[in-house]
Amino acid sequence: MTSGGDKVIQCLEREGVEVVYGYSGGAAMPIFDALVDSSIRFVLVRHEQGATHMADGYARATGKPGVVLVTSGPGATNCVTGLLTALMDSVPMIVLTGQTITSMLGKDAFQEADVTGITYPVVKHSYLVKDAADIPRVMREAFHIATTGRPGPVLIDLPKDVTQGPCTAPFVDTVHLPGYHVPGRPDAGPLARAAALLKKSRRPVLYVGHGAVVSGAGQAILKLARTLGAPIVNTLLGKGACTEDHPLHLGMLGMHGTAYANLAVQHCDLIMAIGARWDDRITGKLSEFCPDAMKIHVDIDVAEFNKVVRPDVCLAADARLAIEELLPLVEKLDTADWLERIAGWRRQHPLKYPKKGGLRAQYVVDRLDKLGGRDCIITTDVGQHQMWAAQFCLTTKNRHWISSGGAGTMGFGFPAAIGAAMATGKPTWCVVGDGGFQMTFAELATAKLQKVPVKILVINNHYLGMIRQWQELFFDNRLSGADLEGNPDFVKIAAAYDIPGRRVTRAGDVDKVLKWAMAYDEGPCLVEAEVVKEDNVFPMIPAGAPLSGMIIDRPTAKLEKPTGST
Amino acid sequence: MASTIVHRGAAFEQDPGRAPRRHVVTDVVTPPLHTISLLVRNKPGVLVRVSLVFSRRGYNMESLVVSPALSIAGLGATPGEYSRMTITCSGDPETLEQIIKQMEKLVDVVHAIDHTGQPVIESELALVKIKVGLKERTEILQIAENFKAKVVDFGVESLILRCAGETEKLDAFIGLLKPFGIIELVRSGKILMVRGLEET
Repeated sequence: MTSGGDKVIQCLEREGVEVVYGYSGGAAMPIFDALVDSSIRFVLVRHEQGATHMADGYARATGKPGVVLVTSGPGATNCVTGLLTALMDSVPMIVLTGQTITSMLGKDAFQEADVTGITYPVVKHSYLVKDAADIPRVMREAFHIATTGRPGPVLIDLPKDVTQGPCTAPFVDTVHLPGYHVPGRPDAGPLARAAALLKKSRRPVLYVGHGAVVSGAGQAILKLARTLGAPIVNTLLGKGACTEDHPLHLGMLGMHGTAYANLAVQHCDLIMAIGARWDDRITGKLSEFCPDAMKIHVDIDVAEFNKVVRPDVCLAADARLAIEELLPLVEKLDTADWLERIAGWRRQHPLKYPKKGGLRAQYVVDRLDKLGGRDCIITTDVGQHQMWAAQFCLTTKNRHWISSGGAGTMGFGFPAAIGAAMATGKPTWCVVGDGGFQMTFAELATAKLQKVPVKILVINNHYLGMIRQWQELFFDNRLSGADLEGNPDFVKIAAAYDIPGRRVTRAGDVDKVLKWAMAYDEGPCLVEAEVVKEDNVFPMIPAGAPLSGMIIDRPTAKLEKPTGST
Repeated sequence: MASTIVHRGAAFEQDPGRAPRRHVVTDVVTPPLHTISLLVRNKPGVLVRVSLVFSRRGYNMESLVVSPALSIAGLGATPGEYSRMTITCSGDPETLEQIIKQMEKLVDVVHAIDHTGQPVIESELALVKIKVGLKERTEILQIAENFKAKVVDFGVESLILRCAGETEKLDAFIGLLKPFGIIELVRSGKILMVRGLEET
């Protein structure tokens, strides 16, 4: 007899799934039983949140959907943070949750939770399967929805009687979803209008986001930039779509972007968003964001149009197809003066950091970049180290930069690195802070067991550094909930899992230790960099301030409290 | 449902000394009303997903009517496969634009259309229970007759009237009955259909 659980796993096999991350439990037993006879590799994590971030890292590194399998109740609720992270950053993910038997639904059964109800706001779509005959259709639809258009997580809640009982329904190859439309090629009208606007521009900027990574639009965008003579800036998640070491590339824009990227955006006469969504971390004060610039918006999700800004032209299309079809319609612009002005800003305000006064996090990530970091995948956690890594570790390949942007999920970086390294086999550096690493470092066991080439770089400043920075700059240095006293010895923590680690406290030793970690090829390893405790990320545009309010150096006067969202 | 549902009747206060007028609703300052019709797949959770789009943005849903849809052009629907929702709501147009797009984005929503300003047929139903003594009965029945309302329950001390029509008509009808003492009021919420061959 083919059980519902067997059918679920067979459907995963048909979808080409290689690995499932998860945690077992009573309500998911029949699915776990089916895994025994499957070629799919199951990775037992140490906490369900870790499973979701591993699946997320796997998906971001490959473009293929990451798959999670957990049990009902707390097993499922522990996935909520991972679902939010994936939804905010448009990551394809399938989360299978066990559920109590259908006859007990809503009766407070053991480990029962209204999982579809809890997760409505954090999924692209979800299913509660009450009939085993629906399994093949639901599985096919779920993969279709997760991976097409703007990708996102899809949850499938599977009651135990459904997975335990027989399932004779045949596999399904086609989907019938009359309410689900995915734009592909751009319409000719808006395309021509975009070309006409570009033709008139003398100070254009291409603003590249995660959509460009997802659609693989990088080569086309670089070609467009070269053809027009237009500079490129990218968002935190847009890193890697276009190689950041290109002369026309100005690096990251936004709150902690490079000064020259932000100055270019501030002074441009046309800004073209490609798979980017005008996030509040990018625009600052909206009423003063590029008020005179023409705006073109390329996005596969039409709900993004007019959500934050009102663009002059909206192109509802896949980013790569849109740019490829735009290319024949555009020609070289007279941007020599503009590029010269930008070059001036670049000379005037390069990324910099104090070289004296102890080991600097910026120095460590800068050296990581120089010692081969660009050939590795880099994942980060959330906070100061994330911004420094984004600034100093240039990303030159698509899907080589993995970071939680929209949700800003602490604890993301390390499990995401495990997923990315498992998916690609590539050496993967995970730059984490001492705060975020402690949220999910139970996955050291998973990393060790899977022998993944993950190189953990703990930037340890004994603080929640970004919180401390804000409190220093905007709250009279009244520190509150920022001091991470009681941190463990991270090298010893790694050793407890039989993972080798080195600590570095002096700039002179950084190269040696990083080279050791680069060369280590027997699985995960850890580097703990004990850095200056009180250092700030600059440039900085305080939340809600206009781009012109950018702080480039440590201010001497007290600053107003930020008015922006967070 | 997470959204606040504000009763339109509650905003309808009358000066007792003044003769009630038919279009009295226009005297009341209310935000502009929008009527959106949705064609949705009749799947569990679709109503929650739709209402979450409103509640997340703090947008006020005034009424919501869900009913089974019959055949759908081009979709070859089997009975029970699709439903129609008619939502009236108020609030700023920018948020509404975003709400419609977010509803369109839902996998189970086939389409969501704002019909504000379009030539449409609108209708609503009200049941009104009034405490009636012998003295007022004739007057109430006269009002009912004028509004083509039907007496659906004739009690010794109470009447239930059923009235159908445009929202403004019902507002006026209820306004006239208010001085007599309405005990209970139930309104169906607005339903709507686009005139001619165009799709609702």
